[in-house]
Amino acid sequence: MNADKAIQIRAIHKTYGPVKALENITFDVAPGELFGLIGPDGAGKTSLIRILASLLLADEGEAAIYEWDIVRDYRQIRKHIGYMPGRFSLYQDLSVEENLHFFATLFGTSIEENYDLVKDIYRQLEPFKSRRAGKLSGGMKQKLALCCALIHRPRVLLLDEPTTGVDPVSRKEFWEMLNQIRREGISILVSTPYMDEASLCDRIALIQKGKILGIDTPNGLTSRYERPLWAVRASDTYRLIGDLRTFSNTHTAYPFGDSVHLGLKEATDQAVLYQYLLEKGHESVQIEAIRPDVEDCFMEWMGG
Amino acid sequence: MKAFFIFIRKEFYHIFRDSRSLLILLGMPIVLVLLFGFAITNEIKEAKIAVVDDTRNKVSREMAQRLDASNYFEVVVYPENQSVMDEAFRQNQIKMAVIFRNDLSPAHDSQIHLIADASDPNTANTLINYATIIIRTFEQEHPAQAKPARIQTEVRMLYNPRLEGVYMFVPGVMTIILMLVSAMMTSIAITREKELGTMEVLLVSPIRPFGIILGKVIPYIVIALANTAVILLLGTLVFQMPVRGSLALLLGACGLFVITSLALGLLISTRTNSQQVAMLISLMALMLPTILLSGFIFPIESMPLLLQWISNIIPAKWFIIIVKNIMLKGTGLEAIWKESLILVGMTLFLFLASIRSFKIRLA
Amino acid sequence: MMIEVITSEKLSKHFGNFKAVDQITFSVNKGEIFGFLGANGAGKTTAMRMLTGLSKPTSGMAKVAGYDVYRNPEDIKRHIGYMSQKFSLYEDLSVLENIRFFGGIYGLPRKVWKAKSEALIERLGMAEMAHALVRSIPLGWKQKLSFSIAILHDPAIVFLDEPTGGVDPVTRRQFWEMIYQVAHEGMTVFVTTHYMDEAEYCHRISIMVDGRIAALGSPDALKRQFGTQSMDEVFLRLARPGSSGVGGVATNI
Repeated sequence: MNADKAIQIRAIHKTYGPVKALENITFDVAPGELFGLIGPDGAGKTSLIRILASLLLADEGEAAIYEWDIVRDYRQIRKHIGYMPGRFSLYQDLSVEENLHFFATLFGTSIEENYDLVKDIYRQLEPFKSRRAGKLSGGMKQKLALCCALIHRPRVLLLDEPTTGVDPVSRKEFWEMLNQIRREGISILVSTPYMDEASLCDRIALIQKGKILGIDTPNGLTSRYERPLWAVRASDTYRLIGDLRTFSNTHTAYPFGDSVHLGLKEATDQAVLYQYLLEKGHESVQIEAIRPDVEDCFMEWMGG
Repeated sequence: MKAFFIFIRKEFYHIFRDSRSLLILLGMPIVLVLLFGFAITNEIKEAKIAVVDDTRNKVSREMAQRLDASNYFEVVVYPENQSVMDEAFRQNQIKMAVIFRNDLSPAHDSQIHLIADASDPNTANTLINYATIIIRTFEQEHPAQAKPARIQTEVRMLYNPRLEGVYMFVPGVMTIILMLVSAMMTSIAITREKELGTMEVLLVSPIRPFGIILGKVIPYIVIALANTAVILLLGTLVFQMPVRGSLALLLGACGLFVITSLALGLLISTRTNSQQVAMLISLMALMLPTILLSGFIFPIESMPLLLQWISNIIPAKWFIIIVKNIMLKGTGLEAIWKESLILVGMTLFLFLASIRSFKIRLA
Repeated sequence: MMIEVITSEKLSKHFGNFKAVDQITFSVNKGEIFGFLGANGAGKTTAMRMLTGLSKPTSGMAKVAGYDVYRNPEDIKRHIGYMSQKFSLYEDLSVLENIRFFGGIYGLPRKVWKAKSEALIERLGMAEMAHALVRSIPLGWKQKLSFSIAILHDPAIVFLDEPTGGVDPVTRRQFWEMIYQVAHEGMTVFVTTHYMDEAEYCHRISIMVDGRIAALGSPDALKRQFGTQSMDEVFLRLARPGSSGVGGVATNI
């Protein structure tokens, strides 16, 4: 395999009994890249990350992190990756400082040695450094876990849903940190169920039911959406959805915040729809053509 | 090496910060020893007995007084005849009756009959034994007078002439505590890491599985040995339990049994994923057999053959034999090497089995 | 006419010196979808516990479905539905057994829950999995089922605690359509979420910061008030004043 790539995944398959968790997954992550694995629960994100972390064996296919094969060289892999599991996996009865010290020593290093790498994150934790990890807020826990995963200066960081259940402010801060870490030359593979986080990645893979729906930069991906897409608003959103679904040119109609995103079968004049909605008795109707976002793409492709 | 030490330190943090578990770990041995020593002892104190005296001579009177004067018995009634005595038994007024018979016909070898309430066979046995000893002693002291009273059974209570319960329960409690601390606590400690998800993070680190196991186990070895010391001190100081053999040999045996129990705990933890299951298995599959089949409470000789066979695979059985040999008989290695070898064999087997089933991955 | 089904006035809950909820005042109308937002630890859960009769307030007044939170917490529990992401269904019971169990809890007569469970399974399209263990059905189905069970006894209000975490976008929308439907039929929906785009599905939202309600209004009104494009930015402005990156302190229009 090509040792210039941070992560190489080739035709990975994994099944649990009758369930196909991963089907023919193939992609690369370049050194220094922030790569997002985006999909709902049960899409196979955790399985894939665990396979890369050498914690699970794939049924078929192979993968490598730099020159190390994930099965044969698992000892090397375990020295050179930082891994953050989906659940909070630090010692709740140890203090912030003790946790960090423990993980640093476990990897044969010390907090001082790699302090510059974690200092921006750790500075936020410092006021609470003697507090037990179990008593931290959700956002703080994630920051501490990130610190612990980074403290041995790994070459690749594998993060499994680090922002799930964390409030939007902490999520934003967390992503800002990932950006900084990437600048240190550390490659990051991060999984998330939040579609709105896609735009923060260099490249993303959309994953659903063990299959990859598409891999590209966020912009590259959304430009592949081919249908005309309109955002439609009216005073009664609930009725609007129903009426849009019965409109003859409708391909899909999904609520998106205060509007409904309408994917059309073919290009047409907005006036036709406007007239149709007025006839149905809708008030304050607004229609505008919009650029699709990652979520539109995901929904369009997950069906087929 | 540094990584290994911090691992052990972390383990001690866990133990010392969970104050409830710590209290149980350190307090339980003391409580158990005192409980067994003072309360749940199967030693007899002031058992209520009846004396049916048909002879009404000096000897029988003195003998009854002797029984009454001992700490073990208290004569509460002197029934007129046997039917009154039967009634007293039925009413639960007495546990044992002593009958002095006036019948000198040669058909009866003994003129003293001991009748005990065998609804509790263990107590009945003990009562009869105590009474026999007292009567026997009396006979020896008064050979002339005691002529008419002859008890056929020759009883000698080996090693425990005063039949003190403490000699039985100190090794027993020690066995239970060591089993509990070593097997149950280690299996819980390891499954806890699995449950919390920290095992995942540990696996994905340079520390070897063997290091993880050793790091988890060592703190519990320390605690188990501390417990051993506490139990032995309590046993010898409070209950005057002798240590007739070599102390070093005794500690060595305890160390061996601790390691056997740890290996059991490890095996449990490699096969289970939750603390709850680990605890249930430890209690049901380890503690119960240890208490019931090790000979601690129920003598193995009186068990059905099947249970006697099963008792052979209970490590506690062999450990109790070893401890009793060293403490009570004062024997050296020459008398216990066979039992020790059995324990060593069991330990090796358990370690191999748990290393085989320890996974370097999750599934 | 607007009918208030939740009324809260200066409702507070203190833990020692810590004011987890500090004098919150708001009301929710019948048939409204009310979003209850806030950062982790802002006091949402505590407030919701008080409103569902699980925890006694330190001070203030609140009425839920016409019942007082101090005097009639048991009546409140009977007239609300509750669904959380963490616990709502028994994984080792089948779909049907779950429906029956919860029907039984709310004292529905046998005939009623029999008819209801059949109708429910029909409506959800779960006929094939009716006897499957909940453990084995996909997450999206679990959430729909869990929601349907929460409203099985026709409560006046249903409380949803982060109901849509982790499901795919289509299922998430199907879920929201269910919410729209029950609201349309007159049920009040009180929902907490971490998806800011979901906040925009709500008729009105409140954002809690440090135990207080820092903003309250329709998504449009709030966006106008803070001069932002999305609820995300409104949230950032409130929860992290001065450092939202978009620039400066919020200006009121």
